[in-house]
Amino acid sequence: MDVFLQQLVNGLVLGSVYALVALGYTMVYGILELINFAHGEITMMGAMVALAVIGALALAAPALPGVVIVGAGLALAIPVCMALGLLIERVAYRPLRNAPRLAPLITAIGVSIILQNVAMLIWGKQYIPFPAILPQGRHDVLGASITDVQLAILLLAVVIMAGLTLLVGKTRLGRAMRATAQSRQVASLMGVDVDRVIAATFVIGSALAAIAGVMVSAYYGLAHYYMGFLLGLKAFSAAVLGGIGNLAGAMLGGLLLGVIEALGAGYIGDLTGGFLGSHYQDVFAFFVLILVLVFRPSGLLGERLAERA
Amino acid sequence: MPSARKRAWAGFVLLAVGLAVLPFLVDFGLGRTWVRLVDFALLYVMLALGLNIVVGYAGLLDLGYVAFYALGAYVYAWLASPHFGVHLPFWAILPLGALLAAAFGVLLGAPTLRLRGDYLAIVTLGFGEIIRIFMNNLNAPLNITNGPQGINLIDPLRLGDVSLAQSHVLGGITLSAPHQYYYVFLILTLGVVFVSMRLEDSRVGRAWVAIREDEIAAAAMGIDTRNFKLLAFAMGATFGGLAGGLFASFQGFISPESFNLMESIMILCMIVLGGMGHIPGVIFGAVVLTLLPEALRYTGDAQRALLGRIVVDPADLRMLLFGVALVAVMLYRPAGLIPSARRRRELAAKGDVLEQEQASLADTAR
Amino acid sequence: MTVLLDVRHVAKAFGGIKALSDVSFQVQAGEIFGLIGPNGAGKTTLFNALTGLYPVDAGEMRLDGARLDGAKPHQVLRLGLARTFQNIRLFAHMTALENVMVGRHARTRAGVLGALLRGAATRAEEAETRARARALLARVGIERHAARLALHLSYGDQRRLEIARALASEPKLLALDEPAAGMNLAERVALRELLLQLRADGLTLLFIEHDVKLVMDLCDRLAVLDYGVKIAEGTPDAVSRDPRVIAAYLGGDAA
Repeated sequence: MDVFLQQLVNGLVLGSVYALVALGYTMVYGILELINFAHGEITMMGAMVALAVIGALALAAPALPGVVIVGAGLALAIPVCMALGLLIERVAYRPLRNAPRLAPLITAIGVSIILQNVAMLIWGKQYIPFPAILPQGRHDVLGASITDVQLAILLLAVVIMAGLTLLVGKTRLGRAMRATAQSRQVASLMGVDVDRVIAATFVIGSALAAIAGVMVSAYYGLAHYYMGFLLGLKAFSAAVLGGIGNLAGAMLGGLLLGVIEALGAGYIGDLTGGFLGSHYQDVFAFFVLILVLVFRPSGLLGERLAERA
Repeated sequence: MPSARKRAWAGFVLLAVGLAVLPFLVDFGLGRTWVRLVDFALLYVMLALGLNIVVGYAGLLDLGYVAFYALGAYVYAWLASPHFGVHLPFWAILPLGALLAAAFGVLLGAPTLRLRGDYLAIVTLGFGEIIRIFMNNLNAPLNITNGPQGINLIDPLRLGDVSLAQSHVLGGITLSAPHQYYYVFLILTLGVVFVSMRLEDSRVGRAWVAIREDEIAAAAMGIDTRNFKLLAFAMGATFGGLAGGLFASFQGFISPESFNLMESIMILCMIVLGGMGHIPGVIFGAVVLTLLPEALRYTGDAQRALLGRIVVDPADLRMLLFGVALVAVMLYRPAGLIPSARRRRELAAKGDVLEQEQASLADTAR
Repeated sequence: MTVLLDVRHVAKAFGGIKALSDVSFQVQAGEIFGLIGPNGAGKTTLFNALTGLYPVDAGEMRLDGARLDGAKPHQVLRLGLARTFQNIRLFAHMTALENVMVGRHARTRAGVLGALLRGAATRAEEAETRARARALLARVGIERHAARLALHLSYGDQRRLEIARALASEPKLLALDEPAAGMNLAERVALRELLLQLRADGLTLLFIEHDVKLVMDLCDRLAVLDYGVKIAEGTPDAVSRDPRVIAAYLGGDAA
């Protein structure tokens, strides 16, 4: 039972990070019906930029509280990622808005490759450590332990998700976003500046990605130019699991996927009689994705889509 | 014979002679390494033509294509190396590998049949990654793939007692291993080209393009879309498996490293850059993208000459340039650098406003 | 007169919306049968159900005795029902000729082996496919566009191409979804001629249309749908005088 609870806790923490990244995917897909392959790399960029600041500050001003240093890292990472998201949308996706579906998909892959390699050229191929400046306390919850960092991630994620829900549900921008997701044409006829809404979607998603990137690197203690790929794929699987285009679905899907992964990694040895070990952890996301798409493509909370003739 | 035909024949003969002496010219002008590169280029031509059937003809964006390459390679390694102690001849293994790959093509394609473009891409990507992860980890409790170390000491192609991995002298001319492999690869590549051409201009080819253009209309016109999609996967996989077996015999060792997502993306890049669905374009893309990284190495020398040191490692530049190329091509030349005549017509006519209107009318009606 | 298409008690719901409720009608062989009704009445839904795009919740549909419900679209075509689409679904980047050649798919057989070997039988089949496609293009009057990409054709020509493509499969019943939509007067006249000629050649036609004049003029019989229910069936004369039909189109109290 202890293993179960511990893995559950781990899963929820990781899952909330997946949720933040999944939100970015789902928002863009909801409006543009485009899988923004580059989103995972934006998360990575957020982590790298933040770590650059954090690493430098930790050395230069070790007296500063860890939270402040991380805050400074975020303060740079978020605008950088927002700018990146804006740039990518403007340069790579907007010209292809009416092109056949294959084109923006391939472009997205290209952008993803560019970002990865730019990061590699700037920061090299080695793992970049996250300085141990954050409080390292542990707390006991019903037999499972949760660290300060994990707790912080969980709480921050919940706050952000609540904020986003409010934004999309209650503000003018949110209404415009929902309208555009329903029908670009009609929304624009109703006076919505579709281009700005789309740009805003990318900007918000990128900001979330930056925060998620910092969270991940804090959680695992390091960042790496290749970390975005797998993370992005898993987050996308989470978005699909919850129902692509559906915000609540992305949050639910993220949490669920995190838990499935954690529990799976914990129990897979027992389940397969030792044949498969926990290093198969990464395949869980893929399997979930494939199963969902084959059996219930609209996801848990999505609507059933029918092809119209 | 009319002069047009005479010219076609002359061109053909010239091409044949050129291809026949190519390895010697390359060896003389650029060195043995480049001959090996040409051999790899031929392998990639096979792979690109295989993926072209899936993506270019049938319009199924397969991002996990490298899985079939891997399968063909591992089958060859299992049946022609000390790993299991089995040493079958190549003419037995290659068809087996291709067939097994085809079977996997059907297996992996089956769950994707109802998926739309982007989802299909992600799922196939997932499949490719799953296979790579398995290849990397199936070394315990049973050592099937030897994990990250891969399998080495793979038998080279052998014709009777003659091993293609060793040089031979024929009529005074020295044929090194890369030379000999070149001719085998060339013949098989020409075979793949032939099959592609025949398929393209046939009832099967038309059915694939119809599915790509509008799957619902294709089904309404009597095309069993399920079977034809599976057929596309199977045919593409067959070429991948064949290329994989040849790769294993050529390189002598294989590991999961060679079969990652970047490979799939690179092969896709070759098709996209060259001209999707257009055989000459695909060949062009495959050759250029195989040889370009090598050519990039010279920029290292140029950097040393100009700046005194290497600022950017050419090897690192490679993938970055690929990414830029993908984006640039999609934005400015979406039909590829060597589009088919039909695509060229379509792009040229874009200037005509009336036709654009009609096109958008028909297009929005989806 | 034999019954070619027999539709009985077909029902189809999407979520809570009953698109079709207990719809029944029969199309006789060799006649031109019209399906009309206000927008949203369920006409295209019926077409889609007929051609296997989605399953029906209840009821049966038979073409010349063979069951249509439960069949997949390509099977429906093989049974002899070919259709055109309300929003034109041509293969945009194929030439007009190739579009029609695809229509021959179900009546030809060459597979991978045939494609690779190109034996005498395959070559003969290809030649015949090409020849028939050309003939069909000529029949609908767009032979001069044979080598043009479908997306470059004018709207009216695209509609005609779709008909040619459907004809290529040698159907027993040709189902047209709003074939005259967006056409100008001259094009409608030409379409009318074409449809009459097709009927003279022995084809049975079922079509959805909003152009009341065209429908009344061409159809031997018609059925009227409103909110998924068939409210009238009969000759154009009888139907046009039916008070329920008048109410449906003009509003006001139902009879």
